[in-house]
Order: sequence, then C-alpha cells, then structure tokens
Amino acid sequence: MMLSRVAERVYWSGRYLERVANTARLVSIYETLLFDLPRSVKLSWYNLIIINDMEEAYAERYSARNERNVVKFLLGDEDNPSSLFSSLNAVRENVRTTRDVVPEEAWEMICELCLFVKDNLEQGINRRSRHEFLEEVIKGCLQINGLLFGTMPHVASWEFFNIGYNIERADMTIRYLEAGLTAVMDLEDDEQVVNSSQVIWGSVLRSLNATQYYLRTTRSPVKGHEVMPYLLNDPHFPRAVAYCLKSIMGSCHSLPRSDKVINHLAKVEKKLNGAINFAEPDEELLNLFNQLQIMLTGCHFVIAETWFPEGT
Amino acid sequence: MSIAWNEYDSGDFYDELISSPGHARKPAQKLYSYLKSLKEDEVSSRINAAELAIKEMGISFTVYTDEGNIDRAWPFDIIPRVISKHQWEKTDAGLRQRLQALNLFINDLYNEQRILKDGVIPEFVLKQSTNYRPECEGMSPAFGVWAHVCGTDLVRDKDGEFYVLEDNLRVPSGVSYMLENRSIMKRVLPEVFEKIDIAPVGDYPSRLFEMLASLSPRKVKKPVVVVLTPGIFNSAYFEHAFLAQKMGAELVEGSDLVVQDDDCLYMKTIAGLERVDVVYRRIDDLFLDPEVFHKDSVLGVPGIMRAWKAGNLALANAPGAGVADDKVVYAYVPEIIKYYLDEDPLIDNVETFLCYDDKQRQHVLANLDKLVVKPANESGGYGMLIGPHASQKERDKFAELIKANPRNYIAQPTLALSVAPTFIGKQHIPQPRHLDLRPFILQGRDSYVTTGGLTRVAMVKGSLVVNSSQGGGSKDTWVVDTSTTPTADVTEDDE
Repeated sequence: MMLSRVAERVYWSGRYLERVANTARLVSIYETLLFDLPRSVKLSWYNLIIINDMEEAYAERYSARNERNVVKFLLGDEDNPSSLFSSLNAVRENVRTTRDVVPEEAWEMICELCLFVKDNLEQGINRRSRHEFLEEVIKGCLQINGLLFGTMPHVASWEFFNIGYNIERADMTIRYLEAGLTAVMDLEDDEQVVNSSQVIWGSVLRSLNATQYYLRTTRSPVKGHEVMPYLLNDPHFPRAVAYCLKSIMGSCHSLPRSDKVINHLAKVEKKLNGAINFAEPDEELLNLFNQLQIMLTGCHFVIAETWFPEGT
Repeated sequence: MSIAWNEYDSGDFYDELISSPGHARKPAQKLYSYLKSLKEDEVSSRINAAELAIKEMGISFTVYTDEGNIDRAWPFDIIPRVISKHQWEKTDAGLRQRLQALNLFINDLYNEQRILKDGVIPEFVLKQSTNYRPECEGMSPAFGVWAHVCGTDLVRDKDGEFYVLEDNLRVPSGVSYMLENRSIMKRVLPEVFEKIDIAPVGDYPSRLFEMLASLSPRKVKKPVVVVLTPGIFNSAYFEHAFLAQKMGAELVEGSDLVVQDDDCLYMKTIAGLERVDVVYRRIDDLFLDPEVFHKDSVLGVPGIMRAWKAGNLALANAPGAGVADDKVVYAYVPEIIKYYLDEDPLIDNVETFLCYDDKQRQHVLANLDKLVVKPANESGGYGMLIGPHASQKERDKFAELIKANPRNYIAQPTLALSVAPTFIGKQHIPQPRHLDLRPFILQGRDSYVTTGGLTRVAMVKGSLVVNSSQGGGSKDTWVVDTSTTPTADVTEDDE
C-alpha cells in the first residue's frame, strides 16, 4: 500500500506539472489576445498577475507593470514559487523523492525538460523567440503526461497524480473564466463591445485548448453565455470543471477511506449544477466563480487531511 | 586528427590498461585499438554525449558546503578500467572469504567473544572501539550475519596485485553509480559492447532484494522490504531512491515509520498502518533510534531497536556491524580469517602499523613523511594525513594526535596506487590518474560479489584522493573474458 508521504508528493507532481503547462499556455495565448483587441481596450499584461492572485508577490519584486517584468515573473522567477521555472523544479523534486512509484523514463524526461528550460529561459522572456520556447515546454509536459498515462498502472499512485492535476486544472479553468468575465465587465459600452467581448471569450477558449470542441458541441459562435456553461459544465471536455470533478471523484472511489472527500466533491458538483444565469456578465457570476474557487481549495484540504501525513 | 596515444606515459606506476607506451594489456587490447581509432573530434563528441546523458539521467550527488547543499552532476570518464576475468575470479573468492570471516567475528563479539578469550585480539581494541554497540550484545540475527552489504576498497599496487585498503560495513554507498556508469557507457560507446565480452553488472538490485527478503522474520511470501533514507539532503539520496526503484521496494524516511506497542514496525500508508519486515537502512547506527542512541535524532524511528531485538524486524546492516570497520580491527583481518575459517587470506591487506603498539608507534612517528595516517573510525577520506604531501606543521599536528590517542590511529605506507588513462578537461591526450575499486559484497544465506565494482579516480594530477565529495571522478569497470569470442556476430576490424 502506498505511503502517505509518497501520495502527497505524487499529488503535487501532478499539480505542478499541470501548472507548468498552464502557465506556458497562458503566456503564449495572452500575447495574441492583446494583438486582437482594439486599442481602446485597456487590458495589460499585469492582468495575468491578477488572475493568478500574485499581486503581492509581484509588488515585492517589481514596480513597473510592463510586459517584460510580468513574463519574467511568470516564467523565470525563482522567487515566485508558481513561476514556470519553480513549478518545474517542484515537479523534479517531488518526482526525485518518489522515484520508486513513477516510471523511470518520466524521471529522465523531467530532467530533460528542466535542462531545456534552464538553458533557454532567456529565449522565453524575449518576445521574438518566446513562442518556440513555450511550445517546447508544452510539448514536454504533454510527453510526460502521455508517458504516465500510458505506462503507469492505474493504482493508488496514478490516482493521486490524477487528483492533483485535475484539481489544478479545475482551478485554472475557473481562474480563466473569472479573468474573461472581469475583462468583459470592464469593457466600455461602445460600438466595439460585442466584438471585443468575442475576442476575449475566444482567447479564454484558446488558452484551454477548447475552441474546436466548443464550436462542435455548442454549435454556437463564441458568446459569453455559451462559453461559461461549456467550460463549467460540459461532461466530456477534459478541462471543463465538471469533467475534472468527475475524474477526481472516480479516483477517490478506488482509494481507501475516501468518504469525506467524496462528500465534499458532491457539494461542489451541487453548486455547479445549481441554477445559474449566464446571460449577463455581472457581479453575481463573479461571485459564483469565487465560491467555486474557495470550494476547490477546500477539496485540497480535505484530501490532505484524509491521506497525507499530519502536519504538512 | 587521431589521438597521440604513444605520448601517453604512466611513468613508474602500474597502469590498468597500458603495459608499455603504445601497448595495451591483454584484456584491454580491443578497447585500446578502438580508442586509437577515434579521432579527436569523435572523442570530444563522446565526452559531451556522456556529460549530457548524466544530466538527462539526473545522476547526481550532493556536496555539503557552507553555502548550502549543491546537487552536482556525477563526474565520469569515458575510458573504462579493465580487469581480466581470471584475476577477478580470484578477487571475488577473496572478498567472499573476507566478509564471511568478518561476519563470524562480529557475531562472536556480540555473543561469546571467543576471539578475545583466546587472546587473538587484545580486549581493549574492542572496548575502545567507537563503533562497538553494547546494546546489541546477545543478538543473533538471521544466518549469524550482521554485515549484509559490504563495500570493500581495493587498490592495486606496483606489482599489479589487489590489496584491501578498507572494509565499509556500515552504510557503504556507490553501487548505484557503478550501475549508472554502465548505462552511460552503453549509450556513449555502444559499438564496443558488440566487440568485447564484458561481464554484465545489472543484477545487483535483484540480488540485493533477494538477500533482504530472505532476512524477513515473518515467513510470508512477499515480505515488506523498505529502504530507509535520511532524506533528500543526504549526499547519497540519489542512490537510496535508485535502489528502491530498482528493487521495487518502498523508499521511506523516519517519519513514515512507527513502532507500536506490539514491538512491530509499521509504515504510514494511505490506508492506515502496514507492517514492515525488513529495513535496508541507510542511516548510521547512532541516528537509527532516539530511544537508544542519539536522543535528538529526527532521522530515525523511536523503538526500531526494540522491534529488532524482539525479532520482529530485520535490519540490514545490523546495528553494531560497524565494529569491524575499525581500522585497528582491519589490521587483524588476516588473523580473523585464520581463526574462524582456518584459511589464508586470498587478498592481502595493505601493510599496517598499529599506533597503540609502542614499537610500531615509534616507527610511525619516525617516518611520518613516508606514511599515510588514518583515524580508526572515519570514512570518506576525512581526517587523514598523507605524509609525503603534507607540510611539516601538519605532520607535527598528527604526531601530537597520535601520542594523545594511539589506539585511534593506524599508519600505512604510501602505496604506488595504479593509474589508468583518463581524459581531463578538454585535453585530447589522456593523462594517467590514480584509482581504486570498490566492489560490493552481499551476504545473507548465500553470498554475492558484484562483477568489478565502482572505480573511483583522483582527477587531480598525482592526487590519491578518490572520494567524490573531494573532487574524485569515476569510470566504468569491465571484467573482460579474453578466452571467449564475443557473442555478437561482428567482423573484426583490421587489427
């Protein structure tokens, strides 16, 4: 049976690996978003800091809220524990301490990816070479995920990895929704508002790799009142919050002593399935996203209490 | 451009590969002609490939510094060290003999102490050994074996013979690097493995696991075996994780384990507590159990000694096994082999002077500039005096240390340690560098010796210090059968 400490580290490997990919995707999509918006829209790189709740940590390091600083902070900053660089090192450290349960090749792939990021970080910060750099990182993450999915026996260690990355995913999807909603709410009510809001929701979809399936599933153009329910409730799309919850639920069912976690997850699902009015981008929706985020954080604590060693 | 191998000169030392300038020893002949066929840029590209492979495979070791711990890439030289199968067979038998005798000795010390009563070893040697653990008296572990895993350091002198430099019976490390060195070699020089009959080394983890499982006090089909590590900050953490992975055993830290009122050891799992049968511990005795040894140790497990003494748990190596690590005991190993096995040692010790003996001490003090002085209970190459390389001030300091505590020091002549060609930095002509060899010996019901071992190299010119913590490097170690033709169907090159 699996050690509690190992369970915890595998869980965090999943979370951090997903965070690396998310951060890479976020930065790469954001650039194109800014290009597409009309000049009158005041959206800045600094929004990325807000989405990730990193205002305080950012202020400690930088005063200017410009592109270079934001990108540097998100990708390469060693003092930012959630930066791409730090997250990737966290994956490596967690895997290093759980090498007995992850496939050997995973360790090697992670070392390779760390090496690549370390050697090419400057490329990622420079605008001209950023895209290639981020693409490589995303590919590396997909490769590791694919290896784990394809080779790890689906026993406890796999379930904890799965729980970790799905929690991180659900959390990120809600953050993107929140960011999109905030941006749309900030739009001035002029003749460009419809167009701009489409650009914004379009980039939310793209940052979640969701555009293609959104279009096929909803058969609707990109509209806020369709995008939000799709990303929250679609039962099949892997980054939809409902899907992530279902996947976590499935893992919990095959783990011992999971009652409390399952109860908590059921509460989140209930919230998600409640009557929600998506027609108007308003404070009420924003409030809902906030509550969902808090409930997800709650999930983490119930999981930790149930399976992880005390005092951590 | 080809490498000017003719310019390689190993001087007065025994060279592992080269018999005289331009000529290779028999087991190394194929390797030598292969190396000679490589152009400078081909050598460079292989050196670079090896460096990259080490980084990608994440092979590292931790160095403790004042600024914190640094994780360093494993230093590796692409030219292997070659030993003939014939010579290795003899060494293999000698190593088994030695460990067998040492285990009989340790078991005797903690029980009847016949060897002391018979006056073969003076009693005070034992009484003053810092690694003797009175807490272990009266124990008799499975098969009477205390040191299950032993790393014995061998050196080759001018005469080409192996000598034992020291036995490491506590928590010897390095075996994972031996295995990884081979993996790197296969990636970097795959073609030579087709041409030369090199004995494989890869079965060590499964042998280790079988040995550990055989120690289980519970006679269950699948005993639970764990590797106990002090944690990620330990310099050998890489190895602990590596071995756990290769054995399919659980890698645990002290905080994962707990001893219950039933004097059994359990690990904390996601489903609750699970009984543990065998602990391959990589923590020193004194940190193993705060109930018995260092009270403030947070690395160990309170009560683990209780569980062991109650016979509910096997510990490998057994606590107290380090008593035979003592360098004064080392000096007596030939007598120990004779006493317990009635055999002559198959591998000799290096000549050793015991400082507690008045006559020998006088000799040591008069010849400090020619001798190597070692404290009896240190490992890792710390606290030594290498007389010929030391300053007068250092020698004076050691003279005082010896006089103050003669029991704690031994001295040995400076050996003409063998050398092997080694690529240094970006230089294209290999340089002779001193090396040693650490084979690993397992003993449970049966015994096992690695084929070859870990070859460590002193990378600094003239230096004899091979420890990786002090700038040493390493090489793959080949045991080559020259009497057979290689298995692969490959046509020979023109030589």
